[in-house]
Amino acid sequence: MADDHPRVISRRDLLKKAGAAGAASVATPMAVLSVAGAASEASAQTVSQNAGPPRRQEALENMTAADADLLDAVLDRLIPSDEHGPGAREARVIHYIDRALGGALASSRPAYTAGLASLDHYAQSSRGRRFPDLSSADKDSVLTDVETSAATGFAGGSARFFAMVLSHARQGMFGDPYYGGNANFVGWDLLGYPGIRTMVTAADQKAYEDGQLKPNHKSAYDYDGFNKATARNGEHTHEEASHGDKA
Amino acid sequence: MATRLKDTDVVVIGLGAAGGVAVLPLAQAGLEVIGLEAGGAMTRRDFAPDEIRNNVRGWPMLASHKTNQEAPTVRASASQQAVQGGHPMMNAIGGTSLHYWAQHWRLNPWDFKVASETKRRYGASRMPKGSTVEDWPFGYEELEPYYDKIEYELGVSGQAGNINGAIDARGNVFEGPRKREYPMPPLRWTAFHDRMAAAAKQLGWHPFPGPAAINSRSYQNRSGCMYHGFCNTGGCHVDAKNSTAVTTVPRAQATGHFKAVTGAVVTSISVDAKGRASGVTYLSNGEEFFQPAKVVLLASFAYENSRLLLLSKSAAYPNGLSNNHRQVGKHYFSHHQGAPVTALFPFNVGAWYGLPAQGVAVDDWADDNFDHGGHDFIGGANLWAMSDRRPIAAAGMNTFGLAPGWGSQWKAFIKQNADRSHSSYIQKTTLPYEDNYLDLDPVVKDPQGLPVIRITGEYKENERKLAAFSQDRMEEWYRAAGAIAIARGPVGGAMTASTHAYGGTRMGDNPETNVVNRWGMSHEVPNLGILGGSVMGTSGAHNPTHTVQALAWRTADHIVKTWKEIGA
Repeated sequence: MADDHPRVISRRDLLKKAGAAGAASVATPMAVLSVAGAASEASAQTVSQNAGPPRRQEALENMTAADADLLDAVLDRLIPSDEHGPGAREARVIHYIDRALGGALASSRPAYTAGLASLDHYAQSSRGRRFPDLSSADKDSVLTDVETSAATGFAGGSARFFAMVLSHARQGMFGDPYYGGNANFVGWDLLGYPGIRTMVTAADQKAYEDGQLKPNHKSAYDYDGFNKATARNGEHTHEEASHGDKA
Repeated sequence: MATRLKDTDVVVIGLGAAGGVAVLPLAQAGLEVIGLEAGGAMTRRDFAPDEIRNNVRGWPMLASHKTNQEAPTVRASASQQAVQGGHPMMNAIGGTSLHYWAQHWRLNPWDFKVASETKRRYGASRMPKGSTVEDWPFGYEELEPYYDKIEYELGVSGQAGNINGAIDARGNVFEGPRKREYPMPPLRWTAFHDRMAAAAKQLGWHPFPGPAAINSRSYQNRSGCMYHGFCNTGGCHVDAKNSTAVTTVPRAQATGHFKAVTGAVVTSISVDAKGRASGVTYLSNGEEFFQPAKVVLLASFAYENSRLLLLSKSAAYPNGLSNNHRQVGKHYFSHHQGAPVTALFPFNVGAWYGLPAQGVAVDDWADDNFDHGGHDFIGGANLWAMSDRRPIAAAGMNTFGLAPGWGSQWKAFIKQNADRSHSSYIQKTTLPYEDNYLDLDPVVKDPQGLPVIRITGEYKENERKLAAFSQDRMEEWYRAAGAIAIARGPVGGAMTASTHAYGGTRMGDNPETNVVNRWGMSHEVPNLGILGGSVMGTSGAHNPTHTVQALAWRTADHIVKTWKEIGA
């Protein structure tokens, strides 16, 4: 179906592009985020004008703080805060994933725990530092190894872990803010998606085509009349069972 | 011990696209009808425009628990181990017609006569090796009045191309003759659709707006489409999508002769001493009920239709109900609708707001609309350029080798291109083959301990060659419209569980090769009718639902007309 776009990139392309991206990227707000990281290389970098919000605005619901710090460092490279706009940190993607691990993504919890530990171990054994303490370029090269199954020590292969994190990262960045990510609609603004509307007239469509339709920054659940329980609990209106008359 | 319920005239298993239609003519004729539906009743309040809920996480529990529990296992050939995958359908009153794309095509007249027409026009040597395809027991003309009935009773928007032989170039000039125009004009086009139509004309093709079971304006006191962009695998928040839940089912209920039972999971069909169907057993909240009936109509989708027959064993039918000729599960195929072509344009396509049923079709390369003398395959493809985009899926767009899949460069790429890609939908003639079939999985079972269905199937040479040919045509079309990069999906592979699933209980006059007769009634069990794509022996190059519904109405009509005999 149309949601499944096959994506084919050669590993060589990827290494080339990822390397270039690492070199070109502006410094990210590591100082705000690093774990007891005064000594880390990152904290020595110049913190850019893009300094994002603190990593966590509320208590974690499901992840440990250590795992959250690792995941935060990964998400920041997958969807960085850069000159193209806010990234995973501003969108609070980690909040989306942490919350979902207690619900719809609960079955992924062991994969996160094991995968993050493997990632950190691989960073130390192959690059000599814990993952959060690596330079951006080294983080990207580690992640490229993970993406292409070149990283060792991952049960079930590192590529599977990478694909899971990337897909959840996109959900948290570009999903409805109702689920805890895409804060302030930064993901939708990045794509130029003008927001949830329950009616789009021919004039609205024309306005979009002319570049005149302004983002409305609305969640589906900002509109009255939609059943939130359907989304949250997977339940919907269901009458009591009724059968044919007994014989 | 099952609680025995009071006898009824007709029990219908499944109230989706097919069963939900059949209950109306039956109830209108005054027959007492009970519909057993595994899911619940959903309303427009349940249809939030929410990509995570609808497209990422799948539908809510009650709507998918049955299908997920009994999702088919899949293998390409008999030498492989089958693996359980997902199930694309949902359970509820209305079934998957609640959240389908609602493209509502008639088949082409050629689709009813693939075998004889291929032999006549190109010679017997052109029949694909190993295919078990037969002509349908009747032609397009027989189904035309029922297509017309569905278009007006449910509501279908579109532009006619052939009214009683008079060709109208605004519509599909290749369609079979229809009695009259659609009840509603087609869904609107965007600037991109206009551009694609112009490009097709430049190539000498015949573009036209596709038909949809979606209101283009208010119809039967329900609203017109709002084009909000969440139609794909989403229910309609204004009831503009003409599922059976908002059309035929409530009208059947209003007759006073029809009752819908929700949360009812049917586990077997019983027979009496004479080998006639006597009723069905179902589970509801862990309790077992037996619903006796004079006629049983099986309408639970292709996988469950074959499964329930194979599970319903008795002395008269030791291999499963209606399976003494060993034809249940045979002639199975999943529609070849993969192998997409994706294009990148140097401008926004404008696809955020719209729906998959809104767009431009080209049938110049469908069915037998072009001379196959110089080709090495039979059949063809419908090329479809639609509107369909949501943010998470857009972020996962093909980057055409121009950017990686994450990081800063990826971010720059999607920032510029999120609305600049377009993915085609190409449906192709797909045939049944000797070694593609359904049977019960020897290992995997549902929570009741009953085996799930197993799909053994792969696309053969004819489908693969046709897929490559149609990708060439699609690329030509995109290039003519200004595409700057093109990516293609793979053309072959295993037949996975599909929303377009055909066969398993094929319709035909010969009981040696078909499960149901020309009326959709079992050759072996005279009071058992079967509805759905499982009775179709060919796919054509278009979505099956319209044909499924026309056939369902026709079978119901037949039951009414012959009630004294069938219901005796």
